[in-house]
Amino acid sequence: MAEKILTRNFHLPGSHTLALYRETGGYAGLEKAFAMKPAEITEEVKKSNLRGLGGAGFPTGVKWGFLPQGHPGPVYLVINADEGEPGTFKDRYLLERDPHALIEGMIISAYAIGAHLAFVYIRGEYVQPWRIFGRAVAEAYEAGLLGKNIRGSGFDLDVIVHRGAGAYICGEETGLISSLEGKKGWPKLKPPFPAIRGAFGAPTIVNNVETICHVPHIMNRGAAWFAGLGTKSQGGTRMYSVSGHVTRPGVYELPVSATLRSLIYEHAGGIPGGRRLKAVVPGGSSAVLLTADEIDATLDVDGLKNAGTMAGSAGVIVMDETVSIPEALMVVARFYAHESCGQCTPCRESTGWIYKMARRIVEGKGRKEDLDTILDVARRGAGTAICAFFDGAVGPYISYIEKFRHEFEALIRK
Amino acid sequence: MVRLTIDSKEIEVAEGTNIIEAARRLGIEVPHYCYHPGLSVAGQCRLCMVELGNNPRPQIGCNTQVAEGMVVRTDTPKVLEVRQSIMEFHLINHPLDCPVCDQAGECWLQIYYMKHGLYEPRMVDEKVHKPKAVPLGPHVMLDAERCILCSRCVRFCDEVTGTGELGIFDRGDRSEIGLFPGRELANPYSANVIDICPVGALTDRDFRFAVRVWYLDTAKSICPGCSRGCNIDVHYNIRRPHHNQGRRVARLKPRFNAEVNRWWICDAGRYGYRFVDDPSRLGAPARGRGDAAQEVGWEEIIPLVTAQLRRYRPDEIGVVASPKMANEDFFLLRRLVDHLGLIHVDFRVPPRTPGDEDRILIKADKNPNTRGAELIGLGPRPGGLDARGMLRAARDRRIKCLWVFHHDLQASAWPAAEVGDALRAVECFIYQGSNSNGVSAAAHYVLPSAAWVERDGTFTNFEGRVQRFWKAVEPLGLSLTDWEILGRLGAALGLGPEPASAEACFKALAASAAPFAGLSYRELRDTGKVLSA
Repeated sequence: MAEKILTRNFHLPGSHTLALYRETGGYAGLEKAFAMKPAEITEEVKKSNLRGLGGAGFPTGVKWGFLPQGHPGPVYLVINADEGEPGTFKDRYLLERDPHALIEGMIISAYAIGAHLAFVYIRGEYVQPWRIFGRAVAEAYEAGLLGKNIRGSGFDLDVIVHRGAGAYICGEETGLISSLEGKKGWPKLKPPFPAIRGAFGAPTIVNNVETICHVPHIMNRGAAWFAGLGTKSQGGTRMYSVSGHVTRPGVYELPVSATLRSLIYEHAGGIPGGRRLKAVVPGGSSAVLLTADEIDATLDVDGLKNAGTMAGSAGVIVMDETVSIPEALMVVARFYAHESCGQCTPCRESTGWIYKMARRIVEGKGRKEDLDTILDVARRGAGTAICAFFDGAVGPYISYIEKFRHEFEALIRK
Repeated sequence: MVRLTIDSKEIEVAEGTNIIEAARRLGIEVPHYCYHPGLSVAGQCRLCMVELGNNPRPQIGCNTQVAEGMVVRTDTPKVLEVRQSIMEFHLINHPLDCPVCDQAGECWLQIYYMKHGLYEPRMVDEKVHKPKAVPLGPHVMLDAERCILCSRCVRFCDEVTGTGELGIFDRGDRSEIGLFPGRELANPYSANVIDICPVGALTDRDFRFAVRVWYLDTAKSICPGCSRGCNIDVHYNIRRPHHNQGRRVARLKPRFNAEVNRWWICDAGRYGYRFVDDPSRLGAPARGRGDAAQEVGWEEIIPLVTAQLRRYRPDEIGVVASPKMANEDFFLLRRLVDHLGLIHVDFRVPPRTPGDEDRILIKADKNPNTRGAELIGLGPRPGGLDARGMLRAARDRRIKCLWVFHHDLQASAWPAAEVGDALRAVECFIYQGSNSNGVSAAAHYVLPSAAWVERDGTFTNFEGRVQRFWKAVEPLGLSLTDWEILGRLGAALGLGPEPASAEACFKALAASAAPFAGLSYRELRDTGKVLSA
């Protein structure tokens, strides 16, 4: 069994308290970090091959490096805790069971990028995580770990915990920023990117909860150790949310070099009831669907990319042979039609249109040309929108039909 | 300056210019809905896609600023395909109700479908239904089904007026434009959202169902509603006279002038044209008061009025010109005043309630040509009385003949009794104007003027910009332009032949009044010229 890093305390009662976090070595990384120069921390994070674990998989240290040097005004750190990708529930565990890991990671990251104000944008439906994390923040303030002159370092950091209001699009980093600013959660045009002009017009780094939780460990044990846990292009472990037709659904922390097959069969206990595996969504609902014989891919960003899909948010949805893929597509299409923010035309209009076609097929009113229309609309819309939302929806639209076309055709022939 | 290539044509434009504007300079139209040069860039419609260099993914032209050496293509198969796709997306939920839509004929969905769409429709499912015929305010009607959610109207209210009445509510394909709770789209510029709405979502409650736009003709004009002098187009209907209840002027639209009003006009100006086709228009010259009043021809009234002007001593005659008259009229009136040696001349009549003013366009002076009257010299001559002084003198029978242009003195800041006493006391009251009003009924002689849309002319705005306006429709009934009436009177008074045209009047003005020296209609072009004085 590989070493657990992020989830090492999850089984301990009181894992969410400052006392237990400290007992198990918490806030040691912070002491190390304060002995370093901010640029050295960024360099260490670069060397660790830590990649963003919210979905896009962008190298974290490189992202930090995009901030303008010597910016005269404030710089902000924003933690994306708007975990909304269907099939993903790892950040929730971190917020509930190890909130101080996030706080320590935030202090180090803010110190590295020169931010004195950090926002934590928590998904509105995450009431319990919000409560627990809020208490942890209060504890940290009391212990002098947040606020002015943290632990005598001369470094100040304040944290604002902000609750979302229930829109998937607010997990998109610029949609999140709009929402944080008090506006409708509409993604922003890029350029400018948030690192240049983000929250409230200030240079802003947006990082996922899990990503930042790794940072104290990188400080503690070094970039080389972290990089060595993973593959050539991605360091560390990762938390996989496994749901669907497995014996033991839940969150599993594995090195990113593990295979999808081992995750499903060794860790999650395989498919219950002796049924056969039909398909797996490896990285949240926006990822391209893999068939039962495509699961030997490794789970790192590049491994799944080479398999024609994406690691995304590492939300693994397992479907056995009882699943109707056309119905699954209808459900996914309904989600994207419901969650499209409506700001730009291709996404707003085609998500609704594709859902109507998918639903009609499932209802037995499909027409022969519908499948090609869905594929054509998805391909034409791809890459034309403001944000990546529609490109994410295109993954399932195309892969469900291309890989299981016979199931759709069977429904249309009826 | 930045040099770039668009569709193999080189151009140099200022840094910060976007691709849509740079292409426009080359005569290349990059189709777009949400982009508007007067508003922030939203990037929502996704229609303005162009290819940049070797970037395999087309980018939106509105949010792409030019860069040195940039190579832009607006006509590749990929661009054409993306445009067609975006057009299809814009139209799948559109009701396609052109036959009953006011925007038909000037709708950018129609125009761009014909230019960039022309696909076979594939949408067979039920469209999304949204509210229709929703009044947003006194002037604007919303049809949410026709809306393409370009957000121009929202940005206008946020950025130009700063009033923020509108928002986009709900999300996905249920998104719709609407008012924030408790708000009404009633700001002084609200109807501009109708102009910038590229489709039939926002229509004009004043204009809708009045005339189909393809029956309209256009004349360039200047709004006479205040001293800003916003450039406008007069849209008039003479091809289908039975439409619009016989009213010829169908609507006013802003005409771009970078120096004056940019793309906008205020609602007061936009809807201030109704007097043109109003039953209150004076259709024929008339003599006699009250029951004795009778309509006569110009050949009869001109000698009568001439005789009156000759009958009194110059200091017994008062002339109240109007800052609603054109420079050409002022020139001829000034000539006539000088010829007769009149000294009681004025044009200022304060309104009962002071005009509103803001920092956008609206000026407190609700007259288009106060500056022109000042420059051409229609204020009191040495020893002469101002307008109120003339009324008092009339009441005291020191002024016996009063010649008032356009003003409704009963709507002025002066007490009604003072005005009434003066008009009752005066021996000869000449009223010259386009519409009857509180004082015209008291006139012994009525000289009916053409409205500003019925003639050529120029106004001088508050900053001294002389701007042309063009004739749209014929003078109503027997009415004549003010300069024609003054020309006829001048000829009868021995001032030489009547001028042949407004342009001839302006030429004579330019030759005699220093501030206007060197100007001509040609020189003024469409956008006017600021006087150097």
